[in-house]
Amino acid sequence: MNRFLAFVKKEFLHIFRDVRTMMILFIMPIAQILIFGFAITTEIKNASIAILDKSKDEVTRELTQKLLASDYYTVSDYLSSEAEIESSFTKGRNKMVVVYEPQFAQNYEKNGVAKVQLLCDASDPNTARILSQYATGIFASYGEMAQSNGIQAEVRMYYNENLDGFYMSIPGIMAMILMLVSAMMTSISITREKELGSMEVLLISPLKPIQIIFGKVTPYILMAIVNILSILALSYWVFNVPVKGSMALLLFECILFTVLALSLGILISTVAKNQMVAMFMSLFALMLPVILLSGFIFPIDNMPLVLQWLSNIIPPKWFIIIVKTIMLKGGGLAHVWKETLILVAFIVVFVGLSVKKFNVRLQD
Amino acid sequence: MENEQVIIVRDLVKKFGDFTANAGLNFHVDKGEIFGFLGANGAGKTTAMRILCGLSSPTSGLVEVAGYNVKTHAEEVKKRIGYMSQKFSLFEDLTIWENMRFFSTVYGMNKTAFKERGEMLLRKLELFEKRNRLVSTLSLGWKQKLAFTVAILHEPSIVFLDEPTGGVDPITRRQFWEMIYEAADNGITVFVTTHYMDEAEYCNRVTIMVDGRIDALDTPAKLKEKYQVNSMNDVFLALAR
Amino acid sequence: MIQFTNISKSFDEVKAVRNVSLSIDEGQLFGFIGPDGAGKTTLFRMLNSLLIADEGSIELFGLDPHKDYKKVRQIIGYMPGKFSLYYDLSIEENLNFFATVFGTTIEENYHLIEDIYKQIEPFKKRHAGKLSGGMKQKLALCCALIHKPKLLLLDEPTTGVDAVSRREFWDMLKSLKSKGITIVVSTPYMDEAGMCDSVALMQNGQIHAVESPKAIVDNFQKELLAVKCNDMYKALLTLRNYENCYNVYPFGEYLHYIDKRDSKPIEDINDCLLKHDLQEIEINPVKPDIEDCFIELTRKLSV
Repeated sequence: MNRFLAFVKKEFLHIFRDVRTMMILFIMPIAQILIFGFAITTEIKNASIAILDKSKDEVTRELTQKLLASDYYTVSDYLSSEAEIESSFTKGRNKMVVVYEPQFAQNYEKNGVAKVQLLCDASDPNTARILSQYATGIFASYGEMAQSNGIQAEVRMYYNENLDGFYMSIPGIMAMILMLVSAMMTSISITREKELGSMEVLLISPLKPIQIIFGKVTPYILMAIVNILSILALSYWVFNVPVKGSMALLLFECILFTVLALSLGILISTVAKNQMVAMFMSLFALMLPVILLSGFIFPIDNMPLVLQWLSNIIPPKWFIIIVKTIMLKGGGLAHVWKETLILVAFIVVFVGLSVKKFNVRLQD
Repeated sequence: MENEQVIIVRDLVKKFGDFTANAGLNFHVDKGEIFGFLGANGAGKTTAMRILCGLSSPTSGLVEVAGYNVKTHAEEVKKRIGYMSQKFSLFEDLTIWENMRFFSTVYGMNKTAFKERGEMLLRKLELFEKRNRLVSTLSLGWKQKLAFTVAILHEPSIVFLDEPTGGVDPITRRQFWEMIYEAADNGITVFVTTHYMDEAEYCNRVTIMVDGRIDALDTPAKLKEKYQVNSMNDVFLALAR
Repeated sequence: MIQFTNISKSFDEVKAVRNVSLSIDEGQLFGFIGPDGAGKTTLFRMLNSLLIADEGSIELFGLDPHKDYKKVRQIIGYMPGKFSLYYDLSIEENLNFFATVFGTTIEENYHLIEDIYKQIEPFKKRHAGKLSGGMKQKLALCCALIHKPKLLLLDEPTTGVDAVSRREFWDMLKSLKSKGITIVVSTPYMDEAGMCDSVALMQNGQIHAVESPKAIVDNFQKELLAVKCNDMYKALLTLRNYENCYNVYPFGEYLHYIDKRDSKPIEDINDCLLKHDLQEIEINPVKPDIEDCFIELTRKLSV
């Protein structure tokens, strides 16, 4: 045990002494979350919008004034017919078109309800969401002041009806970061010992191979947990992404995935001869599939059949499904047990293969 | 021997921050000379050699190689020198001929000149028939001999050799030195570092660097006389200890 | 005692070690001497159980490195060819790590490393990557010694190290030997053979000779002449073409010349050199050293 602890301590020293490792371990995950988050969530000022006022009465004029007073919008065009809406999106920089129904003021006074339509360019989903939210808020507050049911804003997203945005990318980012930290860093740190020649000395020593592997892996498990927590904390507090399901279950699944990534890292290190090979294998064998095939960026349903089939052997795919189910849909173990079992199966295979490959000797 | 000086070093100082790697070096090397550059690890040999090759710029002092100032005309210097080190010399995954062709292009040789000289040199090495073999299949000794051939392919006026014979067997080591002799005989100046003290004896003149300074510079015979010892090894020990 | 019996080992097509048999006595300072690719490292890795021989058997203090690899690994202090310490750990941290891994403490075996460690102790907080070659070597030696091994196995510890540090290193080995540790070293430097009690000259996976350095030199049958003159390269070419020349090669400031005939042909050679306009000729019989023997043994094998 003493030996094992000495080994773990040594690993931590390596990690803390290497600025690049520290950056990859701590700065990068946070930076990724922030970039992904803010790239889509920044506060919007002076977005140009167009107005199609079919009513042209006092209330619509007042509402438009309110919109402009908010600093969020500047009006670039006043449209005269619905035919112009499409072209106002495609040719101009307009992010949103506000359409007031005819007889807006009359409807409002008579029925207490008037309809305004917000058409957003959702090819940039987050901007669209935010713009529409702001506008809905402004209309709603006007309605409250008038002490009535208010104004019903009907929002339609153009180009991306479901608004898959930041919420949806959180599980993918988690998968990517865990893969990076766990698989790439462990495989590199093990191959570094091979390259340095110290692996020979360690093999000769009374350390058991299993102790060497666990000694290598333990620090990274801890790092990965720290990363999971910081990702969840950031997405919860900074970006208000809720965790609808059980936090404990989510953590458990994350740790399970970490173990999977680590076993992959060990497997890579048993095959790779030096750090560069390990790095390339991690990048091409792990990162690219995570990004391209796991459904993180491109929806799996839209892929050609071959790729859909291929995506089944990409472990992050299952992890992303699990996380989406727990975080965003509030599902429990009952909903994700199948995917969880698949992850476990992957672990068994990878660990089995690496134990077979990792030898007490140098040959084979 | 002609008295044309192909390397002139005057008051060369190189500092890295507070650390002085070269503290005022003064020497010159004649054309066709085999010049041994010795010193303990960390004495400043590598730094000085990098400056002479135009890879690094001196903090102060004058360094002229092949008639050009290395500080102002590094590119001209690089065209006129060959370089070979123990660590890297050839691309393992290219064939012998591909390696030679690559370096000939790097040094701007024209194709016919390269073909002629390349074949001549390879035939001398008895490697011409094997020119399509991958370098990785050669033994270390052959690699080093081939690397030297590549280094003098473009007929440089000076060739720099950084520990060219490390780990090579005694016979190949001698064959290597015969190649050096021959090159020197053809007017190529040879500037060589080595850890084998017997190889120091093969040089026309030898410098020994200690702590960034040149502590001795003379022919091996005169150095041995001066320190009243029998071998260059003992000269080295007397100085560096 | 360490005993190799008919050991062979191949990697794919390459025969790294070919039918090697030799024995090393306990308490000896034994050297494997040969160039890169001679098979020294492979032999060492079979001895320390990291590789298994294709053929033959090895015995190490009554143990079989193959079957009893756990016990064997306990009694060996191994220093691989490459500098195998952690560059980003300090001297102290490196030593502590290896001590703990081998289940001991620095204090317990301090007496073994004291002489060496004292020289680097003033820098114990310095990272290993920032040490000079000689200091790295001392640290590596301390780490290999810290668990009080019966056998110290050093693979090319002096390669790429300057002459002064090499001399110091061999002095350290001699003092360790006096403490009863068996030491097996490999080196490409022929001049280090003289430091060993016994040496094996190795090339191409084969052993040319296993004997004390003195016996190897004494077994050199031929008359050796040292030749010196004003143009050594020309002299070399001249003598190589001389009809009675058996072998001639540069050797330090001299050429070493061996004649085909048994008589001492100093006069003949002098005449030959004079005929080719060489001057300041100096010819003396000399005693061979290990390198001459190595060259001769290689030559015999290749003919």
